[in-house]
Amino acid sequence: MKASSLKYKIAFLIVLLLFSCALGISQGASAIPLQKLFAAENQPILYLRLLRIIIAATAGSGLAVSGVVLQAVLRNALAEPYLLGTSSGAGLAAVIAVIAGVPAIFLPPAAFTGAILSILLVYFLARERNRIAAQSLILSGVIISVALSAIIVFLISISGDETLHSMTWWLWGSFQVYDVRLLAVVTLIVACSIAVIFAFSQDLNAISLGEEEATHLGIDTESVKKILILLVSLITASLVCICGIIGFAGLIIPHMMRIFVGSNHKALIPASLFAAAAFMILCDALSRLIMPPLEIPIGVITALVGAPLFIFLLKKRQKV
Amino acid sequence: METLLEIKNICGGYSGETVINNVSLRIEKGDFAGIIGPNGSGKTTLLKLATRVLMPYRGSISLRGTPVAAIPLKAFCREVAFVPQDTVINFPFSVEEIVSMGRIPHLKRLQRQTQRDVAACSHAMAMTDTACLKDKMVNELSSGERQRVVIARALAQEPLLLLLDEPTSHLDIGHQIQIMDMLRTLNKDKGLTIAMILHDLNLASEYCNKLILLDKGTVYAQGSAEQVLTYQNIESVYHTVVVVSNNPINSKPYVILVSREAKKCRPHST
Repeated sequence: MKASSLKYKIAFLIVLLLFSCALGISQGASAIPLQKLFAAENQPILYLRLLRIIIAATAGSGLAVSGVVLQAVLRNALAEPYLLGTSSGAGLAAVIAVIAGVPAIFLPPAAFTGAILSILLVYFLARERNRIAAQSLILSGVIISVALSAIIVFLISISGDETLHSMTWWLWGSFQVYDVRLLAVVTLIVACSIAVIFAFSQDLNAISLGEEEATHLGIDTESVKKILILLVSLITASLVCICGIIGFAGLIIPHMMRIFVGSNHKALIPASLFAAAAFMILCDALSRLIMPPLEIPIGVITALVGAPLFIFLLKKRQKV
Repeated sequence: METLLEIKNICGGYSGETVINNVSLRIEKGDFAGIIGPNGSGKTTLLKLATRVLMPYRGSISLRGTPVAAIPLKAFCREVAFVPQDTVINFPFSVEEIVSMGRIPHLKRLQRQTQRDVAACSHAMAMTDTACLKDKMVNELSSGERQRVVIARALAQEPLLLLLDEPTSHLDIGHQIQIMDMLRTLNKDKGLTIAMILHDLNLASEYCNKLILLDKGTVYAQGSAEQVLTYQNIESVYHTVVVVSNNPINSKPYVILVSREAKKCRPHST
C-alpha cells in the first residue's frame, strides 16, 4: 500500500468520523434544529448526546482494535474480542449480582471482575509449559464461553425474577450512560491500551506471519503475546461493564479495514479505530431513530447491519 | 578462518522429548553448508535450536565466540536470518511490506524506517529479483516467487549467516536451480555464509562445500561431498539402495536411486 494513498484513506475515515459525530449530535428522539441545540435551554440534551458519542466511539474503537490484535495473535481472521470469554464471564457475574440483590452501582465492578476471571480461566486452560498456543486459546475460549452462557440461561430460567429481564440490555448492549465517572475511567483505560497496542504494531505485523517467524525477526513472541492479551482483556472487560455485549463490530470493522488499507498494523490500527468509532456512532443514531422514543439495543443494530455486510465480503472473497 | 556459528554437544527437542542428541558442528565464515538426512532425523529441530526458537536442554551454541544466550534476541537477528520451509501468509501483506519486516531487528519500536533501511530492502529485492513484485499482494504469488520474497526479507536483515530450511522443496527444477544459483552468488560475491537443509542429495553435492549428514538426532558424518555422500553412508542412513556415481560435468558425487525391481536385474559385473 502506497504511503500517499494511505494518508488519503485515513483522512477519509477521519472525515467520516466527524460526519457521524455531527449526525449523532443533531439527531435524536426530540427533533431540535442544530443551531438551537447550542442554546442554553438545550444544554442538557447536547450534553447527553455528547456522552453517547463518547461511549459509542470508545466502545467501537476498543472492540475493533481488540479484534485486530486477536486476529493477528491467533492468526485467525475470524477471531473477535469476546473470544477470550469476556462477554459470558461479565454476563454471568452481573446475573449473579442481580440475583444476590447487589445494588445497581456495584454491577459494573461485578461484571468487570467476572470478565477478568473468565479470561484468566481461558488463559490458564490454554497455557502449556508457559506457552500459549493459538489453537488452544481459541478452543478454551469457545468452551468457557459456551459453558458460562449455559449457566446464565439456567440462572435466568430458574429465578423468574423480573429484574433479570432488564438484564437483556447487557446481553445486547446499550449506550445508555449510567455513570459519567465510570465512562471517563473506561475511556481512559481504552485510550491508553490502544496507544500501547499501537506501539506494538511492528510486533503485530511480525506475529501475524507466524510465531516462529516473529522470533526470527528478533521478537520475544511469548512476552509480546502476553502483553497484548492483557491489554485486550482490559479493554473488553472495561467496555462490557459500561455498555454490555456488542457483537460484530470487533469482527467486521477489522475485516473491512484489512481490505481497505491492507494488513500493516501501523495503518490498520488507526483505520479500524476511526472506522469503528464512526460505525458505532451511526449505529447508535440508527437505534434511536428507527422507533422513537423506543431504543433498539445497539447489538441488534450492529448485528443487523454487520451480518449482511459480512456475508457480502465473504462472498466477494470467494470469487477472487 | 573465522568460526561463525559453533554448536557444541547440544541436546534439544520439543516438550521434554530429545530429538537432537549431542550434536556438535561448526559453520565457518564463507561456508555453504548443507544439512542432509532422512525425515525425522532432526534437521529442522537443529535449525530451530540454532535460531533460538527452541532452547537446548544441554550444550552450547555460540556466534563468533559469544554464547548466544548472552546476545539479545534482536541483536542476534541482525546477524542470523532464517528462511522457513514453506511460508503460508494468512493476511494480505504486499511484497514490499513483507520485505521491510526484515528491518525489524534494526529498528526500535515505533522508529520510522530511514533511508538506510529502504536501501537495504531495495537491495535485497534486487538480489532476489523481486523488485518487480513490490506492489503485489503476497497471497497472489506463485510458490517460487513467494520463496524469493521470503529470502529477500531474510536478506533485508543484512545477516552474516543465512539459514534455510529446504527452500527448494516445493519448486520445480528450473526454480530450484534459480534459487540455488542465487544463493551461490550471494555466497561467492557478497561473502554471505549459508547453511541450509536440503532433501535433494545431488543439489547438496553440487552446491555445498560442506555436508552434515544427520541420523536419528546425531551427526552421522560430516565433511566434503566426497566424504559424506558414499553409498555406505547413504544406504545405512536412508535404508535404501543407491549407486553413487560421478557428475560428468564437475566429477562431484552423484547419487542414483535404485528401485526394488531394478535391484533384482542389476548386472553382476558392477
